[in-house]
Amino acid sequence: MAGKALTAERQGASPDDGPFVGARILLMALEEQGVEVVFGYPGGAVLPIYDELFKQNRIRHVLVRHEQGAVHAAEGYARSTGKVGCVLVTSGPGATNTVTGLTDALLDSIPLVCLTGQVPTHLIGNDAFQEADTVGITRPCTKHNYLVKDVNLLAQVVHEAFYVARSGRPGPVVVDLPKDVCMAMGHYTTAPRGNLRNQHKTYRPKTKPDAAAVAHAVALMAAAKKPVFYTGGGVINSGPKASALLRELVELTGFPITSTLMGLGAYPAAGAQWLGMLGMHGTYEANLAMHGCDLLINIGARFDDRVTGNLKYFSPGSKKIHVDIDASSINKNIIVDIGIVGDCAAVLEEVLALWKAHPRKPDSKTLRVWWRQIADWRGRDCLHYEQRGKLIKPQYAIQRLYELTKKREPYITTEVGQHQMWAAQYFRFEQPNHWMTSGGLGTMGYGLPAAIGVQMAHRDSLVIDIAGEASILMNIQELSTAVQHHLPVKVFIINNKYMGMVRQWQELLHGGRYSESYSAALPDFVKLAEAFGCAGLRVSDPAKVDDTIRKMIAIDRPVICDVVVDQKENCFPMIPSGKAHNEMILGSREKAGKAITGGGLALV
Amino acid sequence: MSQPLHMSMAKPKTKSRAQAKMPRAARAAAQSSNLYEGMVPQARLKDKDTYRHIVSLLVDNEAGVLARVIGMIAGRGYNIESLTVSEVDRELHLSRINLATLGTHQIIEQLKAQLGRLVPVHVVRDLTDEGPSVARELALVKVAGVGDKRVEALRIGDIFRANVVDSGTKSFVFEVVGNTDKVDAFIDLMKPLGLVEVSRTGVAAIARGAAGIDKASAEK
Repeated sequence: MAGKALTAERQGASPDDGPFVGARILLMALEEQGVEVVFGYPGGAVLPIYDELFKQNRIRHVLVRHEQGAVHAAEGYARSTGKVGCVLVTSGPGATNTVTGLTDALLDSIPLVCLTGQVPTHLIGNDAFQEADTVGITRPCTKHNYLVKDVNLLAQVVHEAFYVARSGRPGPVVVDLPKDVCMAMGHYTTAPRGNLRNQHKTYRPKTKPDAAAVAHAVALMAAAKKPVFYTGGGVINSGPKASALLRELVELTGFPITSTLMGLGAYPAAGAQWLGMLGMHGTYEANLAMHGCDLLINIGARFDDRVTGNLKYFSPGSKKIHVDIDASSINKNIIVDIGIVGDCAAVLEEVLALWKAHPRKPDSKTLRVWWRQIADWRGRDCLHYEQRGKLIKPQYAIQRLYELTKKREPYITTEVGQHQMWAAQYFRFEQPNHWMTSGGLGTMGYGLPAAIGVQMAHRDSLVIDIAGEASILMNIQELSTAVQHHLPVKVFIINNKYMGMVRQWQELLHGGRYSESYSAALPDFVKLAEAFGCAGLRVSDPAKVDDTIRKMIAIDRPVICDVVVDQKENCFPMIPSGKAHNEMILGSREKAGKAITGGGLALV
Repeated sequence: MSQPLHMSMAKPKTKSRAQAKMPRAARAAAQSSNLYEGMVPQARLKDKDTYRHIVSLLVDNEAGVLARVIGMIAGRGYNIESLTVSEVDRELHLSRINLATLGTHQIIEQLKAQLGRLVPVHVVRDLTDEGPSVARELALVKVAGVGDKRVEALRIGDIFRANVVDSGTKSFVFEVVGNTDKVDAFIDLMKPLGLVEVSRTGVAAIARGAAGIDKASAEK
């Protein structure tokens, strides 16, 4: 640690800076950072911290049932509020159990501070009870991490951790706290204010874009004939202002807009220029527009492989503009014409100002030709399905859920798999921060704890976890958390008795050999709900879907709603792996099987 | 590139060192068209040839910083020939890391960007691309032998201005300093003369001229 530099700044400290016990200093720092809720689980190494938590009532603690759940809950909290989520776990297994959640937050750029207990400093390296090399283990799955060895540096490190977590491209930060440091007496340091220089010695990510780059981008936009906006989670992370600016720019330009899974809600699904989500399970019109455009404007997305399909054939005829706060995202997968490093809101603001002043605007006639082409693609109605017979179609269940809850502006979380893609396709998001899903890592078991985190931040809102029967079992224990803290989350299980996405790929790629993807010996979810003290509902008749959903929302307790759906339904449209956007298949299973050949088989 | 990045990096189309030097025209173009951050000429990024670059970093000398740099490099599958690290400013707790690496321009740009996003990394400079620089390494070379071979080893040592830092009746330890090519050449010549073992420091490098590494990009 850069000890000297940090302690030197303490000279102007006020007389009420201590000495305090380390654990108290930690809570003071959390409070100063605006932490209201901590998701955690106690254990030997963090007992002093839990003792201090007991003595106060300003910071609420949500006791989870597994540390992974704590991290996902903090992610849900962070993503639905824009604040930094906070986690507190013990050493050893407590810390290692957070690794999946931390990796998830790293890939989806969610700001978190995860406080982990550690064995006392003199025991570090001795294979002590519940010792793990937490900073070593979490180094590749965090944005940054710290081991605090001096109680007098504790407050400063915590302030710095929050600054790093929320600045630039947000991400998870681990602070490892040896037990003796938490029990030692030391001084408190208030958070540095104002000048960014005080926040961290050197970490000052670039947020303001280069003016020349923005001017160049606006000139390309003004000359475009077939433009498309492709926006992502960066717009959501940048804050509500970025979404507002994006909406204004899209309206002013008249360009069509599509978004990644992580970016849903930044532009309203009801907007006239909305093409739907793009990518592997995106809409026909969005993917064809990406393929056929002459100008692609990427704002806060990262050309992920789920979006691009085969890189060789990705949007072959277009100029490409890429706005990203992380310079390493630019030219990583796709080589672009203009890279703009900056915060989405800051960039959009400058683009808007220049656009309004720009003398030349795209020819409305040529734009109309582009829109006619898009209307043609839309005419294929790629999300069409038919609700017939006695089985509930999963798409129908989600569409009805949307129709019956939209007025309440619900927060939606998901697990991972077919139900997640159907939720992205059939649930329509009008606002940012209302859609929480594990995009980058694809973590089954994310949705329920995330919903708990969201509900903690929005006590009076409707929070629904759209789940699969396999995913939900990965963190089912968190139902107990929801009951304990009176969090009326709704778990809407699309139950097809298969790990649906695995089964779909086995059907398409592996000759229908459903190796281990059948959910045998499933619990009775209604009884399971009751055992946890929740309400349980089940529906298998399409005619009763609406009533069941209404019943579910009316219950002011956690509910599991087990929706028994058609087991054979697959998730379409789909770009087969290794294929280009214009080779997407709309629903014929035979074609899909033949479409994936050669190298595509090896891709995920 | 349809392959994941690390796969294409694992087997680079390596040119020999002499070929690997970038043509002067390409170097000039690279500098003049570097209009703004994030903007790298497309032709350069699409160039599939592999070059050897020396990248220098200034980092906070804090616990785990080397592990962070090395972990990122290993985790993303980059190809590193040599890595040196040492504290260079005691007051400010700064260390300098020099990396010698092989890759296409796109891979090197990506490596620089990935290094740049590590929180304790202040400055990332490509010494090969950004103007002239000097690079040196030191090797200790142990050679055992008697008679003519012993005399020949000593004579070649003289030619390379290598110092003898240990001597016995049957062995020498040479200390040879120079760029990587020179050290390689010396070691090759010692092989038939009784080369026992080699210990090399790896590359230390610095830009020519008056400007320091942290001047131009002190604001990361």
